[in-house]
Amino acid sequence: MLDGKPPGERIPILKMGEFLLVTIQVEMHDRLVMTLQDELTHQIVQYRARGVLIDISALEIVDSFIGRALGNIANMARILDAETVVVGMRPAVAITLVELGLNLEGVRTALNAEKGMALIRRRLGQTGKLDGAGA
Amino acid sequence: MAPGREETIGVHSDEDVVRVRQVTRQWAVEIGFSLVEQTKIVTAASELARNTLIHGGGGTAQLQEVEGGGRRGLRLTFEDKGPGIADVSQALRDGYTTGSGLGLGLGGARRLSSTFDITSAPGQGTCVRITRWK
Repeated sequence: MLDGKPPGERIPILKMGEFLLVTIQVEMHDRLVMTLQDELTHQIVQYRARGVLIDISALEIVDSFIGRALGNIANMARILDAETVVVGMRPAVAITLVELGLNLEGVRTALNAEKGMALIRRRLGQTGKLDGAGA
Repeated sequence: MAPGREETIGVHSDEDVVRVRQVTRQWAVEIGFSLVEQTKIVTAASELARNTLIHGGGGTAQLQEVEGGGRRGLRLTFEDKGPGIADVSQALRDGYTTGSGLGLGLGGARRLSSTFDITSAPGQGTCVRITRWK
């Protein structure tokens, strides 16, 4: 990484057209979660991204801190006119989240990256149609 | 792995919280917990280790394999010498937070455990002990 942070201290964000893609493949300590939240918000603005896809299929747990960060990301993205979808949550993680009392309000989810991308495209497409109809 | 085995981990940084998760996972696997049970106890451990770090100013996490009534279990004890909690029942309530969190840490950890005990008083630090039975 070229911005001075040691390797493993940030999660790569891939830009693909108007989408930002994040695949979390390392154990998320709290500082790393905050860094991701900040960088994603900046990049949404920098690249005028319309969609953010976060793949958490490698995450073995989502606790209240990570859950809150996912909610924050989705809310900030929405304010910046981008759709967020979280994909690949493991069943055991989903069961645990419910018991923990975290309902991930405002966070859209899909089973996998393909379905998640379709969801974002559909939502952006609908917005476009509505705009078109109103014009 | 035998009942009575113990391990203590210092909790003084974000990385230590991750280490508590990893060691808890390893023990839960060795005790024979199902994947969902593993996930629950590791998540509870993560919440409590973070509390120890943030609210307690650091402390220790102790893991113990326990046995009772023919069942195996994992007991986790989190201890700090921080400011302590004046009103424990308030701290256990969902949504109550003194920090920037969601206030789900203690209550959530209790729901994810079979048994939950907390001892705390202002100036006396905090000790939270949870057990999850297989």
